[in-house]
Amino acid sequence: MMRFLLLFSRQGKLRLQKWFTPIPEREKKKIIRDMTTMVLARQPRSCNFLHWKDLKIIYKRYASLYFCLAIENQENELLALEVIHRYVELLDKYFGNVCELDIIFNFEKAYFILDEFLLGGEIQETSKQIVNRCIESSDMLQEYYCEGETDFPGTWRKYHGGVYEQTCILTCGLKGIEITAGEEYRSRMYCI
Amino acid sequence: MPAPIRLRELIRTIRTARTQAEEREMIQKECAAIRSSFREEDNTYRCRNVAKLLYMHMLGYPAHFGQLECLKLIASQKFTDKRIGYLGAMLLLDERQDVHLLMTNCIKNDLNHSTQYVQGLALCTLGCMGSSEMCRDLAGEVEKLLKTSNSYLRKKAALCAVHVIRKVPELMEMFLPATKNLLSEKNHGVLHTSVVLLTEMCERSPDMLAHFRKLVPQLVRILKNLIMSGYSPEHDVSGISDPFLQVRILRLLRILGKSDDDSSEAMNDILAQVATNTETSKNVGNAILYETVLTIMDIKSESGLRVLAINILGRFLLNNDKNIRYVALTSLLKTVQTDHNAVQRHRSTIVDCLKDLDVSIKRRAMELSFALVNGNNIRGMMKELLYFLDSCDPEFKADCASGVFLAAEKYAPSKRWHIDTIMRVLTTAGSYVRDDSVPNLIQLITNSVEMHAYTVQRLYKALLDDISQQPLVQVASWCIGEYGDLLVSGQCEEEEPIQVTEDEVLDVLEGLLVSNLSTPVTRGYALTAIMKLSTRFSSVNRIKKVVSIYGSSIDVELQQRAVEYNALFKKYDHMRPALLERMPIMEKTATNGPTEIVQTNGETEPSVVESKHLPPVTQPSNQANDLLDLLGGNDVVPVIQTTMPTKPASAGGELLDLLGDLSLSGGPPPAPAPSVPTSQPPFLLDGLSSQPLFNDIAAAGIPPMTAYNKNGLKIDFTFERANPNPNIAVITIHASNSTEADMTDFVFQAAVPKTFQLQLLSPSSNVVPALNQGTVTQVIRVLNPQKQQLRMRIKLTYTLKGSAVQDLAEVNNFPPQSWQ
Repeated sequence: MMRFLLLFSRQGKLRLQKWFTPIPEREKKKIIRDMTTMVLARQPRSCNFLHWKDLKIIYKRYASLYFCLAIENQENELLALEVIHRYVELLDKYFGNVCELDIIFNFEKAYFILDEFLLGGEIQETSKQIVNRCIESSDMLQEYYCEGETDFPGTWRKYHGGVYEQTCILTCGLKGIEITAGEEYRSRMYCI
Repeated sequence: MPAPIRLRELIRTIRTARTQAEEREMIQKECAAIRSSFREEDNTYRCRNVAKLLYMHMLGYPAHFGQLECLKLIASQKFTDKRIGYLGAMLLLDERQDVHLLMTNCIKNDLNHSTQYVQGLALCTLGCMGSSEMCRDLAGEVEKLLKTSNSYLRKKAALCAVHVIRKVPELMEMFLPATKNLLSEKNHGVLHTSVVLLTEMCERSPDMLAHFRKLVPQLVRILKNLIMSGYSPEHDVSGISDPFLQVRILRLLRILGKSDDDSSEAMNDILAQVATNTETSKNVGNAILYETVLTIMDIKSESGLRVLAINILGRFLLNNDKNIRYVALTSLLKTVQTDHNAVQRHRSTIVDCLKDLDVSIKRRAMELSFALVNGNNIRGMMKELLYFLDSCDPEFKADCASGVFLAAEKYAPSKRWHIDTIMRVLTTAGSYVRDDSVPNLIQLITNSVEMHAYTVQRLYKALLDDISQQPLVQVASWCIGEYGDLLVSGQCEEEEPIQVTEDEVLDVLEGLLVSNLSTPVTRGYALTAIMKLSTRFSSVNRIKKVVSIYGSSIDVELQQRAVEYNALFKKYDHMRPALLERMPIMEKTATNGPTEIVQTNGETEPSVVESKHLPPVTQPSNQANDLLDLLGGNDVVPVIQTTMPTKPASAGGELLDLLGDLSLSGGPPPAPAPSVPTSQPPFLLDGLSSQPLFNDIAAAGIPPMTAYNKNGLKIDFTFERANPNPNIAVITIHASNSTEADMTDFVFQAAVPKTFQLQLLSPSSNVVPALNQGTVTQVIRVLNPQKQQLRMRIKLTYTLKGSAVQDLAEVNNFPPQSWQ
């Protein structure tokens, strides 16, 4: 299983932390410090694998962000690289040409996407499209309540130009729902 | 109260802070605002406030006061609240927090919610950080969801079950029925998580493993479909269909096939197919190949398949991608034990990897190279490894040096090569060599008797070049101290002998003493070496001067040594030659360290040191002189006797010397002692019968014997073979006293002919109790490399009823097994 996933910038600022085992707060801070020091010290063209305690650390740099994933010893490192890449692709699809600022300002979205991709240190969904669709449906569900709606499922809601759509919450395949929102849809996410 | 600022607003504001202090101030202000907002129990903005708190938490600021608010958000009906609430719970409410358990009810309700995304949130939270109690409470719900037809929920439930099993292994049984048709799912997400669940169960329970073996054909079929199926847009990664699932299935197959022939056979074909058909141009293909190789190596695959696997690893080694080379080296390291020959074929590639620029690769290549060294390739490999040692980073040098020593010890083709290799390591990486290698090296050098001259000559030359590397200097000064006479006399068969004068040698050693580069330990070595040379060189006066100078050294250790050596010159000059004699052969223990007999833990010989710690010898010195008179020459057979530190009467430095004029026929000894032990135990010299005298000595079936029995004092010898070295016989003497009075100040001494070497350990006591009430034991070790018949002269001294008694005797009724 994976033990933790950290995202940090080139200056060592943490942008995302996901822990899959319970660790005391102080130790988390120490681990973050260790990881940032170790990874940032690496030469540019060295191999992406490190050993740290009894774990393997897989790191990859995407633009100004370092993705650092710790896996147990029996896991496949090359596949871990693919896991990191898949997560970046998911972020990219969601945000459209994702950059570090997107993750800074929408960190909770980054977490939500991660939670649709990984669970308990394992991959839960191997299809990019399904993960994306789930996120978008959840976002739409959230959308309904931004405007002060307090009811829950089963309510019909007027949405974007009067198209009545049943809430998508009861089915998994969301083929019937058109995501017409585009940017407007995204900007209305910012109700928090 | 105005509406709390929005999250993005806060983030933007905080990012404008130019200093840490400014940021802290903003955060504190905002925290205060959030706290008062929480106090007001404001439902509308709670979500926003918690989100802001989570951001501040990520920056490293405390956020524990938001924990209860997360709980309230989770309990809310709004989806937004729940989303942020569960996120907050995962970040702030791990199982170490007190309020963690309060989530249980909320999660339970949400697991039964009508909206699948809410159920999903609950499953996700439970699966990521549920505590054992929570898992126990909610396992039933998870199990129910595992059977649902909704694949979105089913896949999450499967991973949640994995988490439950990890936390509470006893609940594993509960999920067994639900796994029945997991693999018949079409949805890849469910398939993947099901395979993870099955893997977890099989890893934890052998019964489950046996139960799930029947799934092998189904797994093989699924894998086959993945490979053979055409392009599937949903799961394609660089032309390969769902690599994550493929790797997972391969891993499960590995576990299922591990010790089972039938399963392994069922997988052979598909493994071969994956190994040959997978596209290797991208990382993803190599990831699958890597997993395949690991599986092939672990199950009972046929040899053709194993060769295929090693060849894949060999190909990986030649790949341009560093990650793949690294992975290949790691896997080869794992397989080198089992498939040694196959890996040997790739030796040259592996050795090339030593020259790679990447640190991780170099390390793996080094480890693998050491694993591949054997008797055949030792010369070639060592050349490469020594070259690597020269040029590698300091972090590797210590490990590489130790590895070289170990390999050289195991496979050295000749002693000279061994010594040369050690010299090379000491001169190139001398300061990185581990501390315990100095005594090991000294031991090695001592044991290669014929190489002494060569060794000391080379070490001397190395010292002339460079005195900064402490381990080298320590070994060199020790050798010069021991074998300085060989150095000066210029006898060396292996190499051109160099002309060195005594003064030159002393110059070098004195140079070490004064140099700033020498550590205190090294100085100690140098001083002792100089002292030892006083018996080997003729320029004693110079040595005396040096020693007396250091009597007032600031370094306490040096001062102590110098003072004691001074004392040796002055008061105990008669003991000096004996004390400074050549070191005997040291025995190697299994732990690669010297035994307690001679503790050369980097310090001088304790036998010499201990004697100096003794209070003055009370036995008349003329007696020692008498014995020494028998010397008549330089052919001294050294017997260094270690003594109990508190024994006042010990003849710590006394020497018994009975020389080569010990004729084979056992002619009359020079001392006026009656000859040899009379009583011969009945079981002696039989050779085969082993009726031990004492129950504890039945080792090796060598019968014990009585060596001496006179005037009430009886000395029995019992035998053992010293395990690592069959040339060494371990004799324990048991001295018993049948008279009415105790024998006090009992001292046992022994001497053997020149071809033997002998060591005496400390006796158990120096009082032999009267009337056979107890025995004094002492251990003797005899090295008999030429396997000659063992003979010994013993001298006994004790005080009985106030008068001193002394006796000499010869022992030559040793049973043949003790020396054969």
